[in-house]
Amino acid sequence: MTSLYDEVQAAPGAGVPTRRVTIKVNGDDRTVDVEPRLLLAHLLRQGLKLTGTHTGCDTSNCGACTILFDGRPIKSCTMLAVQADGHSLETVEGLASASELHPIQEGFKEEHGLHCGFCTPGMMLAAKALLDKNDNPTEDEVRWALSGNLCRCTGYQNIVKSVLWAAEKMRAESN
Amino acid sequence: MYPSRFGYELPKTVEEAVALLDAHGGEAKVLAGGQSLVPMMRLRFAAPEMLIDINGIEALHYNRVDADGTVHIGALCRHEELEDNPAIAKAIPTIAAAAPLVADPIVRTRGTFVGSVCHADPQGDWAATMTALGGHIVAQGPKGKRDIPIADFVIGPFQNTLAFNEIAIEAVIPAPKGVRVGNYLKLERRVGDFATASVAVSLDMKGDTVAYAGIALAGVGGRTINANAAASALVGKKLTAENIASVAAAVAAVAEPRTDHRGSADYKRQIVKTFVERILTGLLNTSQKAA
Repeated sequence: MTSLYDEVQAAPGAGVPTRRVTIKVNGDDRTVDVEPRLLLAHLLRQGLKLTGTHTGCDTSNCGACTILFDGRPIKSCTMLAVQADGHSLETVEGLASASELHPIQEGFKEEHGLHCGFCTPGMMLAAKALLDKNDNPTEDEVRWALSGNLCRCTGYQNIVKSVLWAAEKMRAESN
Repeated sequence: MYPSRFGYELPKTVEEAVALLDAHGGEAKVLAGGQSLVPMMRLRFAAPEMLIDINGIEALHYNRVDADGTVHIGALCRHEELEDNPAIAKAIPTIAAAAPLVADPIVRTRGTFVGSVCHADPQGDWAATMTALGGHIVAQGPKGKRDIPIADFVIGPFQNTLAFNEIAIEAVIPAPKGVRVGNYLKLERRVGDFATASVAVSLDMKGDTVAYAGIALAGVGGRTINANAAASALVGKKLTAENIASVAAAVAAVAEPRTDHRGSADYKRQIVKTFVERILTGLLNTSQKAA
Protein backbone atom coordinates (compact mmCIF):
# COMPACT_ATOMS: atom_id res chain seq x y z
CA MET A 1 0.00 0.00 0.00
CA THR A 2 1.22 3.48 -0.82
CA SER A 3 1.08 5.81 2.13
CA LEU A 4 0.03 9.42 1.73
CA TYR A 5 3.58 10.38 2.44
CA ASP A 6 4.88 8.51 -0.60
CA GLU A 7 2.70 10.64 -2.86
CA VAL A 8 5.41 13.23 -3.29
CA GLN A 9 8.84 11.72 -3.47
CA ALA A 10 11.79 13.48 -1.92
CA ALA A 11 13.41 12.87 -5.31
CA PRO A 12 10.78 14.12 -7.80
CA GLY A 13 10.14 12.52 -11.17
CA ALA A 14 11.42 13.76 -14.52
CA GLY A 15 9.90 17.01 -15.76
CA VAL A 16 8.83 18.26 -12.32
CA PRO A 17 10.29 21.71 -11.59
CA THR A 18 12.64 21.68 -8.63
CA ARG A 19 14.81 24.09 -6.73
CA ARG A 20 18.28 23.37 -5.45
CA VAL A 21 18.60 24.11 -1.75
CA THR A 22 21.48 23.89 0.68
CA ILE A 23 20.49 23.31 4.28
CA LYS A 24 22.73 22.87 7.30
CA VAL A 25 21.40 19.81 9.10
CA ASN A 26 22.95 18.98 12.46
CA GLY A 27 26.07 20.87 11.39
CA ASP A 28 26.51 19.37 7.91
CA ASP A 29 25.60 21.17 4.69
CA ARG A 30 23.22 19.10 2.59
CA THR A 31 22.42 20.11 -0.98
CA VAL A 32 19.29 18.62 -2.53
CA ASP A 33 16.86 19.31 -5.37
CA VAL A 34 13.32 19.57 -4.06
CA GLU A 35 9.90 20.10 -5.50
CA PRO A 36 8.40 23.26 -3.90
CA ARG A 37 5.53 21.31 -2.33
CA LEU A 38 7.83 18.92 -0.49
CA LEU A 39 7.34 19.48 3.23
CA LEU A 40 10.43 19.92 5.35
CA ALA A 41 9.49 16.99 7.60
CA HIS A 42 9.39 14.69 4.59
CA LEU A 43 12.67 15.95 3.19
CA LEU A 44 14.23 15.04 6.52
CA ARG A 45 12.56 11.65 6.75
CA GLN A 46 12.65 10.44 3.16
CA GLY A 47 15.28 12.52 1.42
CA LEU A 48 17.85 12.65 4.20
CA LYS A 49 16.77 9.44 5.97
CA LEU A 50 16.60 11.24 9.31
CA THR A 51 13.55 9.36 10.54
CA GLY A 52 13.77 10.61 14.12
CA THR A 53 11.52 13.51 13.14
CA HIS A 54 7.98 12.12 13.27
CA THR A 55 4.83 13.24 11.49
CA GLY A 56 1.72 12.71 13.57
CA CYS A 57 -1.27 14.82 12.72
CA ASP A 58 -1.22 16.55 9.32
CA THR A 59 -2.73 19.67 10.85
CA SER A 60 0.11 21.36 12.79
CA ASN A 61 -1.40 20.31 16.10
CA CYS A 62 0.70 17.53 17.52
CA GLY A 63 4.28 18.81 17.49
CA ALA A 64 5.86 15.38 16.81
CA CYS A 65 7.71 16.96 13.87
CA THR A 66 9.24 19.75 15.96
CA ILE A 67 12.81 20.62 15.01
CA LEU A 68 15.00 23.66 15.58
CA PHE A 69 15.22 26.14 12.70
CA ASP A 70 18.04 28.60 13.30
CA GLY A 71 17.73 27.64 16.95
CA ARG A 72 13.98 28.21 17.32
CA PRO A 73 11.42 25.41 17.43
CA ILE A 74 9.17 24.96 14.38
CA LYS A 75 6.73 22.32 13.19
CA SER A 76 8.56 20.89 10.19
CA CYS A 77 5.34 19.54 8.65
CA THR A 78 4.15 23.13 8.31
CA MET A 79 7.16 24.45 6.48
CA LEU A 80 8.21 23.78 2.91
CA ALA A 81 11.63 22.26 2.36
CA VAL A 82 12.48 25.13 -0.03
CA GLN A 83 12.02 27.57 2.85
CA ALA A 84 14.94 26.01 4.71
CA ASP A 85 17.42 27.00 2.00
CA GLY A 86 20.40 28.68 3.65
CA HIS A 87 19.13 27.93 7.15
CA SER A 88 20.41 25.72 9.92
CA LEU A 89 18.36 22.83 11.31
CA GLU A 90 18.75 20.65 14.35
CA THR A 91 16.88 17.35 14.62
CA VAL A 92 16.81 14.73 17.34
CA GLU A 93 19.66 12.95 15.57
CA GLY A 94 21.83 15.97 16.39
CA LEU A 95 21.30 15.76 20.14
CA ALA A 96 23.52 12.85 21.16
CA SER A 97 27.24 12.72 20.45
CA ALA A 98 28.88 9.46 19.35
CA SER A 99 29.61 8.45 22.90
CA GLU A 100 27.02 10.07 25.11
CA LEU A 101 23.42 11.11 25.31
CA HIS A 102 22.37 14.74 25.53
CA PRO A 103 21.26 15.61 29.09
CA ILE A 104 17.68 15.98 27.78
CA GLN A 105 17.81 12.42 26.45
CA GLU A 106 19.31 11.25 29.72
CA GLY A 107 16.52 13.03 31.57
CA PHE A 108 13.85 11.20 29.56
CA LYS A 109 15.61 7.92 30.41
CA GLU A 110 16.06 8.67 34.11
CA GLU A 111 12.55 10.01 34.68
CA HIS A 112 10.72 7.63 32.34
CA GLY A 113 9.63 10.49 30.10
CA LEU A 114 8.33 8.24 27.33
CA HIS A 115 6.11 5.26 26.78
CA CYS A 116 5.60 4.67 23.05
CA GLY A 117 8.16 7.30 22.09
CA PHE A 118 6.32 8.80 19.14
CA CYS A 119 6.13 12.32 20.55
CA THR A 120 9.56 12.14 22.20
CA PRO A 121 11.76 13.70 19.48
CA GLY A 122 9.46 16.72 19.23
CA MET A 123 9.26 17.00 23.02
CA MET A 124 13.03 16.92 23.32
CA LEU A 125 13.60 19.60 20.68
CA ALA A 126 10.90 21.84 22.20
CA ALA A 127 12.61 21.29 25.58
CA LYS A 128 15.99 22.17 24.09
CA ALA A 129 14.60 25.44 22.70
CA LEU A 130 13.36 26.28 26.22
CA LEU A 131 16.58 25.33 28.02
CA ASP A 132 18.73 27.23 25.50
CA LYS A 133 16.88 30.41 26.55
CA ASN A 134 16.18 29.60 30.19
CA ASP A 135 18.49 27.22 32.06
CA ASN A 136 16.42 27.24 35.24
CA PRO A 137 12.74 26.98 34.26
CA THR A 138 9.91 26.47 36.71
CA GLU A 139 7.54 23.55 36.25
CA ASP A 140 4.98 26.00 34.83
CA GLU A 141 7.47 27.31 32.30
CA VAL A 142 8.26 23.76 31.18
CA ARG A 143 4.56 22.95 30.79
CA TRP A 144 4.03 26.19 28.88
CA ALA A 145 6.97 25.53 26.52
CA LEU A 146 5.71 22.01 25.79
CA SER A 147 2.09 23.01 25.33
CA GLY A 148 2.39 22.71 21.54
CA ASN A 149 3.41 19.05 21.78
CA LEU A 150 0.89 16.29 22.36
CA CYS A 151 1.59 13.04 24.20
CA ARG A 152 -1.11 10.37 24.35
CA CYS A 153 0.68 8.03 26.77
CA THR A 154 2.33 9.69 29.71
CA GLY A 155 -0.08 12.30 30.97
CA TYR A 156 2.95 14.63 30.73
CA GLN A 157 4.03 14.27 34.38
CA ASN A 158 7.21 12.37 33.62
CA ILE A 159 8.00 14.47 30.56
CA VAL A 160 7.98 17.58 32.71
CA LYS A 161 10.15 15.83 35.32
CA SER A 162 12.56 14.76 32.57
CA VAL A 163 13.03 18.32 31.36
CA LEU A 164 13.53 19.61 34.90
CA TRP A 165 16.06 16.81 35.46
CA ALA A 166 17.90 17.85 32.29
CA ALA A 167 17.88 21.52 33.30
CA GLU A 168 19.49 20.66 36.61
CA LYS A 169 22.11 18.46 34.96
CA MET A 170 22.91 21.12 32.34
CA ARG A 171 23.29 23.78 35.04
CA ALA A 172 25.62 21.51 37.01
CA GLU A 173 27.69 20.83 33.90
CA SER A 174 28.03 24.50 33.01
CA ASN A 175 29.24 25.40 36.51
CA MET B 1 -2.05 15.08 2.50
CA TYR B 2 0.25 16.93 0.19
CA PRO B 3 -0.44 20.34 -1.31
CA SER B 4 -1.22 20.26 -5.01
CA ARG B 5 1.66 21.29 -7.24
CA PHE B 6 2.63 24.98 -7.26
CA GLY B 7 5.41 27.27 -8.38
CA TYR B 8 7.56 29.11 -5.88
CA GLU B 9 9.20 32.52 -5.91
CA LEU B 10 11.36 34.16 -3.26
CA PRO B 11 11.42 37.91 -3.96
CA LYS B 12 13.83 40.21 -2.12
CA THR B 13 11.72 43.38 -2.22
CA VAL B 14 8.05 44.27 -1.80
CA GLU B 15 8.03 45.77 -5.31
CA GLU B 16 9.28 42.50 -6.76
CA ALA B 17 6.67 40.55 -4.77
CA VAL B 18 3.87 42.86 -5.95
CA ALA B 19 5.02 42.50 -9.57
CA LEU B 20 4.94 38.71 -9.21
CA LEU B 21 1.43 38.80 -7.72
CA ASP B 22 0.30 41.10 -10.52
CA ALA B 23 1.82 38.84 -13.18
CA HIS B 24 -0.04 35.80 -11.85
CA GLY B 25 -3.43 37.48 -11.95
CA GLY B 26 -5.07 36.11 -8.82
CA GLU B 27 -3.62 32.60 -8.98
CA ALA B 28 -0.80 33.40 -6.54
CA LYS B 29 -0.80 33.50 -2.74
CA VAL B 30 1.59 35.26 -0.38
CA LEU B 31 3.43 32.98 2.05
CA ALA B 32 4.51 34.65 5.30
CA GLY B 33 4.44 32.47 8.43
CA GLY B 34 2.48 29.76 6.65
CA GLN B 35 0.90 28.44 9.84
CA SER B 36 -2.60 28.65 8.38
CA LEU B 37 -1.84 28.60 4.65
CA VAL B 38 0.33 25.46 4.62
CA PRO B 39 -2.20 23.34 6.58
CA MET B 40 -4.97 24.65 4.29
CA MET B 41 -2.92 23.69 1.24
CA ARG B 42 -2.29 20.26 2.75
CA LEU B 43 -6.01 19.78 3.18
CA ARG B 44 -6.48 21.27 -0.31
CA PHE B 45 -8.83 23.95 0.91
CA ALA B 46 -6.31 26.19 -0.84
CA ALA B 47 -4.54 25.30 -4.07
CA PRO B 48 -2.67 28.35 -5.38
CA GLU B 49 -0.70 27.90 -8.59
CA MET B 50 2.09 30.08 -7.29
CA LEU B 51 3.46 30.87 -3.83
CA ILE B 52 5.22 34.18 -3.34
CA ASP B 53 7.37 33.62 -0.24
CA ILE B 54 7.98 37.01 1.39
CA ASN B 55 10.28 35.60 4.09
CA GLY B 56 13.26 36.88 2.10
CA ILE B 57 12.09 40.51 2.45
CA GLU B 58 13.96 41.35 5.64
CA ALA B 59 12.68 44.96 5.49
CA LEU B 60 9.24 43.65 6.60
CA HIS B 61 10.62 42.09 9.79
CA TYR B 62 10.02 44.64 12.56
CA ASN B 63 7.76 46.00 15.22
CA ARG B 64 8.21 49.47 16.62
CA VAL B 65 6.55 52.09 18.79
CA ASP B 66 6.79 55.74 17.67
CA ALA B 67 7.37 58.56 20.17
CA ASP B 68 3.64 59.44 20.07
CA GLY B 69 2.64 55.83 20.80
CA THR B 70 1.70 54.75 17.27
CA VAL B 71 2.64 51.10 16.79
CA HIS B 72 3.84 49.56 13.51
CA ILE B 73 3.94 45.80 13.02
CA GLY B 74 5.68 44.60 9.85
CA ALA B 75 4.39 41.69 7.80
CA LEU B 76 7.14 39.35 9.03
CA CYS B 77 6.77 40.11 12.75
CA ARG B 78 6.21 36.70 14.36
CA HIS B 79 3.71 36.20 17.18
CA GLU B 80 6.49 35.39 19.64
CA GLU B 81 8.16 38.74 19.00
CA LEU B 82 5.12 40.41 20.57
CA GLU B 83 5.39 38.26 23.72
CA ASP B 84 7.64 39.44 26.54
CA ASN B 85 8.13 42.66 24.57
CA PRO B 86 8.27 45.58 27.07
CA ALA B 87 7.76 48.32 24.45
CA ILE B 88 4.66 46.61 23.06
CA ALA B 89 3.37 45.75 26.53
CA LYS B 90 3.55 49.43 27.51
CA ALA B 91 2.05 50.72 24.26
CA ILE B 92 -0.71 48.13 23.77
CA PRO B 93 -1.53 45.95 26.79
CA THR B 94 -4.18 44.07 24.79
CA ILE B 95 -1.56 42.77 22.33
CA ALA B 96 0.76 41.77 25.16
CA ALA B 97 -2.10 39.86 26.80
CA ALA B 98 -3.16 38.09 23.60
CA ALA B 99 0.30 37.19 22.27
CA PRO B 100 0.93 34.24 24.62
CA LEU B 101 -2.55 32.86 23.83
CA VAL B 102 -2.17 32.64 20.05
CA ALA B 103 -2.02 29.02 18.86
CA ASP B 104 0.84 27.26 20.69
CA PRO B 105 4.44 28.26 21.49
CA ILE B 106 5.90 26.51 18.45
CA VAL B 107 3.42 27.93 15.97
CA ARG B 108 4.18 31.36 17.49
CA THR B 109 7.81 31.20 16.36
CA ARG B 110 6.71 31.25 12.70
CA GLY B 111 3.19 32.63 12.40
CA THR B 112 2.84 36.36 11.80
CA PHE B 113 0.54 39.03 13.22
CA VAL B 114 -0.28 40.57 9.84
CA GLY B 115 -0.78 37.16 8.22
CA SER B 116 -3.24 36.22 10.93
CA VAL B 117 -5.22 39.43 10.39
CA CYS B 118 -5.27 38.78 6.61
CA HIS B 119 -6.41 35.20 7.15
CA ALA B 120 -9.50 36.68 8.88
CA ASP B 121 -10.38 33.47 10.66
CA PRO B 122 -13.48 34.09 12.83
CA GLN B 123 -11.40 32.48 15.58
CA GLY B 124 -8.39 34.72 14.98
CA ASP B 125 -7.00 36.53 17.98
CA TRP B 126 -5.33 39.30 16.01
CA ALA B 127 -8.26 40.26 13.78
CA ALA B 128 -10.31 40.74 16.97
CA THR B 129 -7.50 42.62 18.68
CA MET B 130 -7.01 44.94 15.68
CA THR B 131 -10.76 45.56 15.59
CA ALA B 132 -10.85 46.54 19.26
CA LEU B 133 -7.84 48.80 18.75
CA GLY B 134 -9.26 50.47 15.63
CA GLY B 135 -6.04 49.92 13.67
CA HIS B 136 -5.46 49.82 9.95
CA ILE B 137 -3.57 47.74 7.42
CA VAL B 138 -1.11 49.24 4.98
CA ALA B 139 -1.46 47.51 1.60
CA GLN B 140 1.04 47.89 -1.19
CA GLY B 141 0.08 47.26 -4.82
CA PRO B 142 1.38 48.20 -8.26
CA LYS B 143 0.12 51.79 -7.82
CA GLY B 144 1.61 52.30 -4.38
CA LYS B 145 0.35 52.11 -0.81
CA ARG B 146 -3.06 52.62 0.74
CA ASP B 147 -4.38 52.44 4.29
CA ILE B 148 -7.35 50.16 4.92
CA PRO B 149 -9.18 50.60 8.28
CA ILE B 150 -9.57 47.22 9.95
CA ALA B 151 -13.39 47.40 9.79
CA ASP B 152 -13.13 47.68 5.99
CA PHE B 153 -10.39 45.05 5.80
CA VAL B 154 -11.81 42.03 7.63
CA ILE B 155 -15.26 41.80 6.08
CA GLY B 156 -16.26 38.20 6.69
CA PRO B 157 -14.99 34.71 7.42
CA PHE B 158 -11.59 34.31 5.72
CA GLN B 159 -12.35 37.42 3.66
CA ASN B 160 -10.22 40.52 3.45
CA THR B 161 -10.37 43.37 0.96
CA LEU B 162 -6.86 43.16 -0.47
CA ALA B 163 -6.78 43.26 -4.27
CA PHE B 164 -5.16 40.21 -5.85
CA ASN B 165 -2.01 42.21 -6.55
CA GLU B 166 -1.69 43.83 -3.12
CA ILE B 167 0.36 42.74 -0.12
CA ALA B 168 -0.48 43.72 3.46
CA ILE B 169 2.93 45.04 4.47
CA GLU B 170 2.15 46.51 7.87
CA ALA B 171 -0.43 46.77 10.63
CA VAL B 172 -0.68 50.17 12.31
CA ILE B 173 -2.32 50.91 15.63
CA PRO B 174 -2.93 54.63 16.18
CA ALA B 175 -1.55 56.62 19.09
CA PRO B 176 -3.84 56.49 22.14
CA LYS B 177 -6.02 59.42 23.23
CA GLY B 178 -4.54 59.38 26.72
CA VAL B 179 -3.28 56.27 28.48
CA ARG B 180 -4.05 52.99 26.75
CA VAL B 181 -5.12 50.08 28.94
CA GLY B 182 -6.70 46.77 28.01
CA ASN B 183 -6.70 43.02 28.21
CA TYR B 184 -7.47 39.87 26.24
CA LEU B 185 -9.17 36.79 27.63
CA LYS B 186 -9.64 33.50 25.81
CA LEU B 187 -11.31 30.30 26.89
CA GLU B 188 -9.91 27.23 25.15
CA ARG B 189 -10.23 23.56 26.01
CA ARG B 190 -6.52 23.09 25.49
CA VAL B 191 -3.63 25.10 24.08
CA GLY B 192 -3.87 25.38 20.30
CA ASP B 193 -7.55 24.47 20.08
CA PHE B 194 -10.03 26.88 18.58
CA ALA B 195 -11.32 29.23 21.25
CA THR B 196 -14.67 28.65 22.89
CA ALA B 197 -14.81 32.44 23.22
CA SER B 198 -12.28 35.29 23.18
CA VAL B 199 -12.69 38.91 24.17
CA ALA B 200 -10.37 41.82 23.29
CA VAL B 201 -10.82 45.09 25.15
CA SER B 202 -8.83 48.29 24.73
CA LEU B 203 -9.55 51.63 26.42
CA ASP B 204 -7.83 55.00 26.23
CA MET B 205 -8.15 56.82 29.57
CA LYS B 206 -7.90 60.54 30.23
CA GLY B 207 -7.59 60.58 34.00
CA ASP B 208 -10.48 58.42 35.13
CA THR B 209 -12.61 59.17 32.05
CA VAL B 210 -12.81 56.85 29.08
CA ALA B 211 -11.69 58.60 25.86
CA TYR B 212 -11.85 55.56 23.56
CA ALA B 213 -13.35 52.12 24.04
CA GLY B 214 -12.98 49.19 21.66
CA ILE B 215 -14.23 45.63 22.14
CA ALA B 216 -14.15 42.75 19.67
CA LEU B 217 -14.85 39.03 19.94
CA ALA B 218 -13.47 35.88 18.37
CA GLY B 219 -14.90 32.38 18.32
CA VAL B 220 -18.48 33.47 18.91
CA GLY B 221 -19.73 33.91 15.37
CA GLY B 222 -19.11 33.20 11.73
CA ARG B 223 -16.81 36.23 11.57
CA THR B 224 -14.83 38.52 13.82
CA ILE B 225 -17.44 40.31 15.93
CA ASN B 226 -17.02 44.07 16.10
CA ALA B 227 -18.58 45.26 19.37
CA ASN B 228 -17.13 48.76 19.21
CA ALA B 229 -20.59 50.34 18.97
CA ALA B 230 -21.58 48.68 22.25
CA ALA B 231 -18.24 49.63 23.81
CA SER B 232 -18.60 53.28 22.81
CA ALA B 233 -21.28 53.71 25.50
CA LEU B 234 -18.33 54.05 27.90
CA VAL B 235 -16.81 57.05 26.10
CA GLY B 236 -16.90 60.25 28.15
CA LYS B 237 -17.81 58.33 31.29
CA LYS B 238 -15.98 56.94 34.27
CA LEU B 239 -15.75 53.19 34.71
CA THR B 240 -18.29 52.13 37.30
CA ALA B 241 -19.84 48.82 38.24
CA GLU B 242 -23.11 49.94 36.59
CA ASN B 243 -21.44 51.02 33.33
CA ILE B 244 -19.46 47.81 33.21
CA ALA B 245 -22.54 45.64 33.70
CA SER B 246 -24.51 47.42 31.01
CA VAL B 247 -21.66 47.33 28.46
CA ALA B 248 -21.03 43.64 29.18
CA ALA B 249 -24.69 42.88 28.52
CA ALA B 250 -24.65 44.96 25.31
CA VAL B 251 -21.51 43.23 24.03
CA ALA B 252 -22.92 39.79 24.83
CA ALA B 253 -26.01 40.74 22.83
CA VAL B 254 -24.01 41.33 19.62
CA ALA B 255 -22.16 38.00 19.85
CA GLU B 256 -23.39 35.41 17.36
CA PRO B 257 -22.40 32.15 19.03
CA ARG B 258 -23.53 28.77 17.78
CA THR B 259 -23.96 25.60 19.76
CA ASP B 260 -21.23 23.06 19.05
CA HIS B 261 -19.02 20.60 20.92
CA ARG B 262 -17.28 23.51 22.66
CA GLY B 263 -20.49 24.60 24.35
CA SER B 264 -23.99 25.86 23.82
CA ALA B 265 -24.71 29.27 22.32
CA ASP B 266 -26.07 30.45 25.68
CA TYR B 267 -22.97 29.29 27.47
CA LYS B 268 -20.68 31.10 25.04
CA ARG B 269 -22.72 34.28 25.33
CA GLN B 270 -22.43 34.05 29.10
CA ILE B 271 -18.64 33.64 28.75
CA VAL B 272 -18.48 36.82 26.65
CA LYS B 273 -20.44 38.75 29.27
CA THR B 274 -18.27 37.40 32.08
CA PHE B 275 -15.03 38.16 30.24
CA VAL B 276 -16.06 41.74 29.43
CA GLU B 277 -17.01 42.31 33.06
CA ARG B 278 -13.85 40.67 34.30
CA ILE B 279 -11.57 42.71 32.03
CA LEU B 280 -13.27 46.06 32.70
CA THR B 281 -13.47 45.42 36.44
CA GLY B 282 -9.78 44.52 36.41
CA LEU B 283 -8.96 47.78 34.63
CA LEU B 284 -11.12 49.74 37.12
CA ASN B 285 -9.41 48.12 40.10
CA THR B 286 -5.96 48.78 38.65
CA SER B 287 -6.74 52.44 38.02
CA GLN B 288 -8.15 52.87 41.55
CA LYS B 289 -5.00 51.34 43.01
CA ALA B 290 -2.85 53.69 40.93
CA ALA B 291 -4.85 56.74 42.05
